Amino acid sequence: MSKPHGGKLINRCVFRDVDLNDANVVRVNADRAEDIENIAHGVFSPLEGFLCRNDLESVLDDKRLDNDIPWTIPILLDLDEKELAGAKEGDTIFLTHENGMVSEMEIEEIYTIDKKKVAEKVYGTTDPSHPGVSMTFNMKDLIIGGRITLLKEGKKPFDEFLLWPKETRILFREKGWKEVVAFQTRNPPHIGHEYVQKTALTFVDGLFINPLIGRKKKGDFRDDVILKAYETLIQNYYPQDRAVLSILCTSMKYAGPREAIHHAIMRKNFGCTHFIVGRDHAGVGNFYPPYAAHEIFREFPDLGIKPVFFRSFFYCKKCGGVVNEKICPHRGDDIINFSGTAIRKMLKNGEVPPPTMMRKEVAETILQFDRMFVE
Amino acid sequence: MSEKNEKKFTTISIPTALAEKIKKRIEGTGFHSLSSYVTYVLRELLASMEEEGAGEALTKEEEEKIKERLRALGYLD
Ligand SMILES: [Zn+2]
Repeated sequence: MSKPHGGKLINRCVFRDVDLNDANVVRVNADRAEDIENIAHGVFSPLEGFLCRNDLESVLDDKRLDNDIPWTIPILLDLDEKELAGAKEGDTIFLTHENGMVSEMEIEEIYTIDKKKVAEKVYGTTDPSHPGVSMTFNMKDLIIGGRITLLKEGKKPFDEFLLWPKETRILFREKGWKEVVAFQTRNPPHIGHEYVQKTALTFVDGLFINPLIGRKKKGDFRDDVILKAYETLIQNYYPQDRAVLSILCTSMKYAGPREAIHHAIMRKNFGCTHFIVGRDHAGVGNFYPPYAAHEIFREFPDLGIKPVFFRSFFYCKKCGGVVNEKICPHRGDDIINFSGTAIRKMLKNGEVPPPTMMRKEVAETILQFDRMFVE
Repeated sequence: MSEKNEKKFTTISIPTALAEKIKKRIEGTGFHSLSSYVTYVLRELLASMEEEGAGEALTKEEEEKIKERLRALGYLD
């Protein structure tokens, strides 16, 4: 099992009731509420709170925290003057969310950022059509750094699938898994995904399928659809003692290579030793070269989780099976790519995609839903 | 900014002959300088010396509570 990132699994949960009547309370949005719970439960270890300026500068310039630990995505709390309501550095504020989450924050630093620089460094572009860039440009003007403490957990959907790092670590240990490979996803599985996972699993003890649940784009598959589809696939086609399905509540940033590192670090904290990086990992549109997320791992000899690189799998008529370009010499008309777009279109029309594309059971599970996509 | 950057680096001494050997070794690789190579190697070395493990201690009760939840959710038998 991997050691947590930074050496120690962070636990900033101190559950207690608190009287918020005379307190300085700020309501945060769903993304920030998820960040808070992820920090508190150690998913973002070694972070204990939202980044202060020196860490942010270091993350932007060097892809590392100020203490040299690899870290690529800024975890920031942005507020406006009104929300801050006169709170100063050294003060304690309470951050709450409509799902019931309550947390406490010690304000260490209040500062401003150059949004253009942040966008350029994190996303490699300042094009506002990039969803991460537009999120950055829409941030409020004050950035608040400091340690948080989670006082009360918020209610979350699908919590029967929600495991925290301290839980997966015990789970992997109890299962006797020493080497665990993690698979990040935001889609229901087609045959290509299954081959990637099983190829990786062949060389380790266990597979950790970890879909991202959270804010999505219109047209994305709904979370319940993805979960049910995976349950069906695992029940029918995976050895039950070799695969675990559990969710991760955090939003996509679409930061491509930098986000691939972030995705790997989170899975290291769950105890995984290996992380699958596919084509255009965490990419969007044509903003990143298809294998940029492979290249970036070379910069981190000290990441502490091994990337497992895959190129796309496809069906080859000549080979008579599912292969990839490393093991099959055929191209052109001999091969059928797993097109997520084509599969989506068929499902949308109520059709079961061919078995070379998607398992029949998985397709039927998806087709049972009245609403498959985020509207 | 430049003052801040200066603070982030320190100078170490290595034998000149070794430095020359390394410079030859990294020619044509992705390393742009002796410093970036040495930094890479040291980070790699330090990381390889980290032991495995949970890096945290749970009490018996905490651990039992977690196992109970894992059983209730069907993750453990
Ligand atoms: Zn072939």
